[in-house]
Amino acid sequence: MSSIATVRPKTHDTGALATLRARWRLVSLLAVVAMWVLVWAFTRGEQTLAIQASDRTDIHGWFLARTTAIENADNVVTSLLAALSSGMDATLLFLQHLFTVPEYPRPYPQIGWLGALAIASLAAYAVAGWRQVLVVAPSFLLFGLLGYYEDAMDLLIVTGVAVAVALLIGIPLGIWMGHSKIVAAVVTPVLDVMQTMPSFVYLLPFSILFGIGPAVAALVTLVYAMPPSVRVTAYAVRGVSTTTLEATDSLGQNRWQRLRHVELPMAKRTIIVGVNQTTMAALAMATIAAYVDGPGLGQPVLEGLRRGQLGKSFVAGLAIVIMAIMLDRTTTAASTRSDRVARGDRDTGRVRTVALVAGTVVTLAAVYLSNSYTWANQFPEGVNIGDPISTKVDDLADWLRSDLSAITTGVQETFTLYFLNPVQDLVANSPWFVAGLAILAIAWIVGGVRALGAAAVCLAGIYWLDLWNNAMITLTAVLVATVVVMILGLAVGVWMGRSQVVDRSVRPVLDAAQTMPPFVYLIPVLVLFDANRFTAMVAGIIYAAPVAIKLIADGVSGVSATTVEAAESAGSSRLQMITKVQLPMARGSILLAANQGLLYVLSMVVIGGMVGAGALGFDIVYGFRQANFAGKGLAAGITIVLIGIMLDRITTYGARRAQSPGRATVRRKRLSLSRAET
Amino acid sequence: MRTPRTSALLAAVALVSALALTACGGGDIENEDAAGGEECGTIDMAINPWVGYEASAHVVGYVAETKLGCTVNYKDLDEQVSWQGFGEGEVDVIIENWGHPELQKKYFESKGGDGSAMSAGPNGNEGIIGWYLPPWMAEEYPDITDWKNLNKYSELFQTPESGDKGTLYDGDPGFVTNDEALVKNLDLDYEVVFAGSENALIEGFRKAEENKTPYLGYFYEPQWFLSEVPLVKVELPEYTEGCDADPEEVACDYPLYTLDKIVATDFAESGSPGYELVENFKWTNEDQNEVAKMIASVGMDPEEAAQQWVEDNPDKVEAWLP
Repeated sequence: MSSIATVRPKTHDTGALATLRARWRLVSLLAVVAMWVLVWAFTRGEQTLAIQASDRTDIHGWFLARTTAIENADNVVTSLLAALSSGMDATLLFLQHLFTVPEYPRPYPQIGWLGALAIASLAAYAVAGWRQVLVVAPSFLLFGLLGYYEDAMDLLIVTGVAVAVALLIGIPLGIWMGHSKIVAAVVTPVLDVMQTMPSFVYLLPFSILFGIGPAVAALVTLVYAMPPSVRVTAYAVRGVSTTTLEATDSLGQNRWQRLRHVELPMAKRTIIVGVNQTTMAALAMATIAAYVDGPGLGQPVLEGLRRGQLGKSFVAGLAIVIMAIMLDRTTTAASTRSDRVARGDRDTGRVRTVALVAGTVVTLAAVYLSNSYTWANQFPEGVNIGDPISTKVDDLADWLRSDLSAITTGVQETFTLYFLNPVQDLVANSPWFVAGLAILAIAWIVGGVRALGAAAVCLAGIYWLDLWNNAMITLTAVLVATVVVMILGLAVGVWMGRSQVVDRSVRPVLDAAQTMPPFVYLIPVLVLFDANRFTAMVAGIIYAAPVAIKLIADGVSGVSATTVEAAESAGSSRLQMITKVQLPMARGSILLAANQGLLYVLSMVVIGGMVGAGALGFDIVYGFRQANFAGKGLAAGITIVLIGIMLDRITTYGARRAQSPGRATVRRKRLSLSRAET
Repeated sequence: MRTPRTSALLAAVALVSALALTACGGGDIENEDAAGGEECGTIDMAINPWVGYEASAHVVGYVAETKLGCTVNYKDLDEQVSWQGFGEGEVDVIIENWGHPELQKKYFESKGGDGSAMSAGPNGNEGIIGWYLPPWMAEEYPDITDWKNLNKYSELFQTPESGDKGTLYDGDPGFVTNDEALVKNLDLDYEVVFAGSENALIEGFRKAEENKTPYLGYFYEPQWFLSEVPLVKVELPEYTEGCDADPEEVACDYPLYTLDKIVATDFAESGSPGYELVENFKWTNEDQNEVAKMIASVGMDPEEAAQQWVEDNPDKVEAWLP
């Protein structure tokens, strides 16, 4: 209601107070920053706790000693882990021998591209309907045409196995969580932390526990991908209407019957939404798992990045994009289909059965052919569109960097010199206690006492881990990039929120952008700007913008029509309408957008460590590549998590404060971020 | 609810019968005959991220595949990660190893490690690491090639990434380097910035020479690029035995590396002819540069480049065969 108050202050005193309070907050924020700048001017460069990439401290040594101890340990836990890993290895190797890796002395894998294409098409038809066959089959052909058939299959295998196990554990856990408040109370915070952790952070601890190779790739993928399925399942089970439950309970069903015949069927559609989210998360992780020698399309991407052959990365990235679209479309269609089936409105039984039987026969024939004939086993090399694309991209990169370098480096250097460097100077070159106090004050003003507490704990942890200066550099990159994300979010979000037509045309693009693995975003930006801090930030901005735009658009369009009409009749102009009514009313959504923007940017800036972003992301990369720095890499990983939790807490509490009606909406919204409700 | 279950059942039937079918075989895919008589099996070859390494690995791999009938898996891995892979059966061969005494201690039985890896002798290449400048700079500022004068010129090397210090570009974070310690211990007004890859360094040097812009970077030999642009090496304080013992206190040049081959102990003891090939493999820096140049500069596929070199040098290859 506060917004109306600004237009017609007389009628709503409480509203005016709220506005004043919001202003007070803004004023005190500015005061804190002004104080900070003032103190910084006199103390700049002192006690910044900066250490070099090759420096290690006692705490990093302590972590290193722990990792060595874990590697050399021989007890029940380690043998259990070893068994887990070898079991996973055997499963993956079996599938790889079927589809991608020849088993000696046979020169080719058992099932070639034709067979795999047929199996995938049949599966798509069975779970998602015939339309999806038109997505899946061309996707498989494109993998081959781009020249990455084997890598694509490997990625599918790792993703598939990880998703299967993740669901096997995640759905029962979610059901349990949906039934028991105690379990929910225990599991929810764990899921919160897991989902705040950037994917990149998972890799180092897993490679210390399990080494390198396909097994560790699948294990880290399944752990990373599990939270959405748990969360969505619990949400779905809790959402089953109590009336239905009571009605069927009164018929005398036992708990098992209730679960099997009432709750699961009713929750099924939402659970499949969880399957979609889990699959997309798994794809993102399985791609990055190339760092731990995980097989699949991440390998050529990484190889290209390491060697500076961006064309190669680009083509492999294209294949990943195709796979993301394919998996997203299929799982989404499976969810809508299950909904139709549940309502009894399905494809006519007989046609479907006939089609399935025919499809099975064709598939069997294709599998047989691909097993027996080279042409159906090995994708023909003559038709390749990957190499020309790769050459074009390399040429483009050369052109951009030679003939257009004035523009590209101009943009990059201007931004770095006049925006990024000054902010970084302030945040990272202040004495640590000055920066720390300023951050605490900001946390308190934005999110209240609880945010202050969370920030204090996190900052203490960061200080203790001896990576303060790098943490501040990473924090700067995150904050600066998020400012850009929010500017984009407000501009496009308001535009979308005010016009249904715009919303309808932009939203699908945003939806698609959100399903892409973050790794993919780095490539085109690298082509443009080369490796430096700016590049990672631009990639982070592109990665985070869709979610922020959507949240702000939802917030703006969610402002009640009555309020808008009231403001209109009071004669407010369009600009007034936006700044005085719609944006203030959507304040909660905007803070939530900032929350998501910060976390998305953080995860990207960390991956950017290997392409010049430096700081904490680089410490992790260094931890991978130099055995003596594994301890420091782990400390950097924890530091990143602490930054994530701190930013998350501050903005979440801030959003709750701003959203006076209904505090619970924050959590609810977060769940619905990835189109859970569509 | 019947339809989904039927379809799942059908899909399962399809898969099972597909497996049964594939077992029958037939058609034109025949099992390969092992060419060498003795079964070679597979070789997991680590590929570390620089082109010279790739050249060596693919030449050995090509010979193993064509003359011995082995199957070679190439795995893109960092130096240290490759060592980690020996014990896990993920890696059989590192074809070009740059020292790494700390890893030898961890994995060589002779040095008190777990015994998962061992040396298969030198590969014939001599390795040099150092700081290099584009030739125009050495001409323009003749005294710049002595490290003592680097501070005098540090302003030339300033970039937005290094602030008011000069930039010293390093390569891939996985490469052997003491540069940060060197900068600190020699009191140089420079900051180490990781260019990220060999290719990034080469691009940097190439552009610097073309546009006559300053560039100071970590580089190494054997290196094909030096025949395109003859970079000039900066003289650091002379290397003496043990002066690099403490990585934090290093204040001297890099040693001359005798590059060697590291193999998984299991692979060495497997009796595979592939191992004998690796053990016999030896060539010169010029040989490697020739192949590396075909890959990096001419843009050939590593496999094609290897093939061409093998065909051009039958005598050398003959000497490696078991």
